[in-house]
Amino acid sequence: MSHQSAPRRVLPLIDGDNRTFWTGGEHGRLTIYRCGECGYYVHPPVPFCPKCESRKVAPEPVSGRARVFSFTVNHKAWLPGLEEPYVLALVTLAEQDDVRLVTNIVGCPPDGVTFDMEVEVVFEPAEDLWVPLFRPVKAP
Amino acid sequence: MSRYSEKDTAIVGIGMSEVSRGASKSALALTVDAALEAITDAGLTRADIDGLATWPGEHANGSGFSAVGCATLQDALRLEVNWYAGGGEAPGQYGAVFNAIGAIAAGLCRNVLIFRTMYEATARKTGFANALMKPGQRQGGPFAWYAPYHTYAAALQQALMFNLYVEKSGIRPEQVAQVPINQRRNASLNPKAVYRTPITLDDYLASPIIATPLRLYDCDVPCDGAVAIVVSRMDVARTLPNPPVRIEAVGSSMRYRNSWAQLDAFDTQAQPKVAKMMWSRTDLTTKDVDIAQLYDGFTFHTLNWLENFGFCERYGAKDFIAGGTRIALEGELPVNTGGGALSGGRLHAYGAVHEACTQLWGRGGARQVKGEPSVCATSTAGGPLAGCMLLVRD
Repeated sequence: MSHQSAPRRVLPLIDGDNRTFWTGGEHGRLTIYRCGECGYYVHPPVPFCPKCESRKVAPEPVSGRARVFSFTVNHKAWLPGLEEPYVLALVTLAEQDDVRLVTNIVGCPPDGVTFDMEVEVVFEPAEDLWVPLFRPVKAP
Repeated sequence: MSRYSEKDTAIVGIGMSEVSRGASKSALALTVDAALEAITDAGLTRADIDGLATWPGEHANGSGFSAVGCATLQDALRLEVNWYAGGGEAPGQYGAVFNAIGAIAAGLCRNVLIFRTMYEATARKTGFANALMKPGQRQGGPFAWYAPYHTYAAALQQALMFNLYVEKSGIRPEQVAQVPINQRRNASLNPKAVYRTPITLDDYLASPIIATPLRLYDCDVPCDGAVAIVVSRMDVARTLPNPPVRIEAVGSSMRYRNSWAQLDAFDTQAQPKVAKMMWSRTDLTTKDVDIAQLYDGFTFHTLNWLENFGFCERYGAKDFIAGGTRIALEGELPVNTGGGALSGGRLHAYGAVHEACTQLWGRGGARQVKGEPSVCATSTAGGPLAGCMLLVRD
C-alpha cells in the first residue's frame, strides 16, 4: 500500500492586484475588486472599471455566497497520492453573475454537487496564502 | 486587389512526419522531415522560402507541447527569410497562418513555411508533463486562477465547459459517441493514423471517465509528429504544380472575455463570433461546404463547431450526428476524414489542415471523399481560443 502524501496545491504567484484575494482568508474575508463609482465587481482584479472607466476600483469584502455555474467530478489520479474523485467547479458570486471563481467544492460527496447549488466560501491555509474553497450552504 | 488579404494567399504544399506514440527520432528530425516534404510538395526549394511561422513558439520545458520553434528550424535548414514569427497569443493554432497572411499582404514575403511540432508522447513517458504548469512551482499568468484547484490538465477545464453543454443541450453519451466512432472508422483507412482499430458504442461507453462527462475516448491522443505547410502569395501559387488551396476566408476575432474562467460564451466556447467573422468575409455558405476538418482536442469541440459554423442549430449537433451517417465519409458532410486528433494523433489542428489539403487534392486513398470535394471548413481550438478558415481548391 502506498503512503505517498497528497500533492500540495500549486499556489499562485502574488502581485499587487491579486494579493488581497489570496490572503483575505486570514481574516475570514473573501475580497473582490469593486468600482467605487458604479459598484461593478471586476474579477480578475484590475484597477480599472470596464463599465464606467473609473480608476477608483479597490478590493471589498463580499458575502462569500455563490452558486455552482459548472462543475466536473475528476476521476483520474494525475499525480501519485492525489485523492479522487474530487470536484472542480466554477461558481458565480451572489453579488454579480459575471464574476466566476474557480474552486473545489468540499464538504459533500462529489456526486452530490449539482448545477445552481448554493455554496459558501471556506478557506484552506497554504503556506502564506488562504485558498478559497466552497461548500454547500445546505447539505444535499 | 482583393478586399480581404487572405484571398490573395493559398496553401501550395503539405508535409507530415511519421506520427506515433513514441518517435524513432528527435522532434527536430520530425520537423525537418515535415518541412522538406512540404517544400518539395510545393515544387519549391529551401531558397524559395522567405517566411517562417509556427504556433505557439518553442517551449523548451520538456512538455513536448511545442518542441521546435522558428529559430531552431531556421538554423537547421539554414533558411534565409524576410519575416518570421512564433507565439501563442493568437486565435488558436491557426494564428500562425493568420500571421503569415498578414506578412504576405505587407509584402514581407511570398512563400511562408508554417509548422507545428508535437513531442508529447515521448515527454509523457519520461515524467509528468502537461502544457499548463509544473507542480511544486508557483504559477503566474491566467492559469494561476486554476492551478491551486488540482487542475492538472486541460481536460479538467474543458470538462467544465462540456458539462454545461451537456446540461443545456441534453446530449447523451451514446450520441456524443458518434464523433469518436466515426473518426476511428476514418482512421482505419489512414495509414498514418495512430489508432486504426474501429471502436464500437460499447467501447466508448466502457472507456474510463477522466472528469465527468469526459471519457478517455473523448480526448485526443498525445503523439510525436510534425506537420508543415507552405502558404504562398496567389500569383506565385498559380505558377506551382499543385492547384492552389485558396484561403477564402478566416475567422480570427477575440470579442469575448479571453479567459478559461470568465469566458462569456462558456458552453459554446469562443466560436460563434469567430465563425460569424469568417462567413462575413465570403459569399459562400454552409451549403457550399463539401468536407469539414473540425477541431477535436475533445469530442465536445467538434460538436460545438458543427453548431457554431451553422451546419446545424444551437444544441442540434446531437441530432445532426445521429447514427453517424451524415458525418461519415459517404455522408453529406464528411467530418475529420483522416481520423482527426482523436485517432490520428494530437497534431493540434495542423493534422486537420494537412487532411483538408489531402482531400482537396484527391490524395485520400481509401478514405478519399467521393465527388472531388473542393470546399473545406476547418477550425481550431477550444475555450477562449478559436480560429477558423474556409479553404477552396482552385
